[in-house]
Amino acid sequence: MAHSHDDHHKVPADVALRVKALETALTRRGYINPDTLEAIIDTYEHKVGPQNGARVIARAWNDPDFKSRLLDNASSAVGELGFGGIIEGTDVTVVENRPGLHNMVVCTLCSCYPWALLGLPPGWYKSFAYRSRAVSEPRSVLAEFGVELSPDVEVRVWDSTAELRYLVMPQRPEGTEDQDEAALAQLVTRNGMIGTALL
Amino acid sequence: MNRPETDSRCIAQLPKDFRDGAEPVFREPWQAQAFALAVHLIDGGLISWDEWANALGDEIRCAADHGIAEDGSGYYELWLRALEGLVAIKELADTDELADLSARWRQAYEQTPHGLPVELVDVSRV
Repeated sequence: MAHSHDDHHKVPADVALRVKALETALTRRGYINPDTLEAIIDTYEHKVGPQNGARVIARAWNDPDFKSRLLDNASSAVGELGFGGIIEGTDVTVVENRPGLHNMVVCTLCSCYPWALLGLPPGWYKSFAYRSRAVSEPRSVLAEFGVELSPDVEVRVWDSTAELRYLVMPQRPEGTEDQDEAALAQLVTRNGMIGTALL
Repeated sequence: MNRPETDSRCIAQLPKDFRDGAEPVFREPWQAQAFALAVHLIDGGLISWDEWANALGDEIRCAADHGIAEDGSGYYELWLRALEGLVAIKELADTDELADLSARWRQAYEQTPHGLPVELVDVSRV
């Protein structure tokens, strides 16, 4: 039966066909399972995101014992909030901002990032602009994000790798002493945990 | 690279939703699928994290040579290139097979009437 052109599916872009080809080839060899692929996509689209990291930071602000466990061994401490084990074989280290010390995180090689706590990285984190300049001129980069630090504040830049990914613990905003964890978590932003924003 | 320096070097020159982090996790379904394929192979131990980061880093470093944008918008194209490269090196699938499957998927899209699911008729054929 003949169909006019419009009766058929739109052919996806070449990249999409290449992905379909990979999926078909790897599935028929048993290297991957399509249900697992769907579960991975669902996790990263809907389940992980900066709200996870925000809960960790809020807990640390309100619970000094948790905070010391977090700074000592973040990979193990975040498990207390149910965020362990999403990514096997990678460790997280939390670095704390203090008066006189600001931390920021980059992956100069590619885009390594604490997925379990922040989800997938924003576009700018993957850009050449950020990767190439965060280490060599962090203050100018911070200024482009609207963060002006006084000259006496030390800036430390942490270069994440596939196996060790960093998360910044921002300073707790003043006047939040009476707030509970849920309210505090609302104050913690993604850029705050990468170190390109102040709270 | 004959792009003005400010385009690739300045955060303020990046697409607006990249700067404010408002972009969706995946812009198109194939990006999500390519992402998940790599994570699945890594989770299954067929590719190590180190191998993955190095392969992706190599593609990112050479992005301009392939005419792929360096502002982050070409990221999943680079991701896919890294994945195809490692799949070939580790002989998880061969290049001819992938080209053949890609062509057959194209044909399936062209020939399947609207409203019916697009499927390869003979998936096990090599």
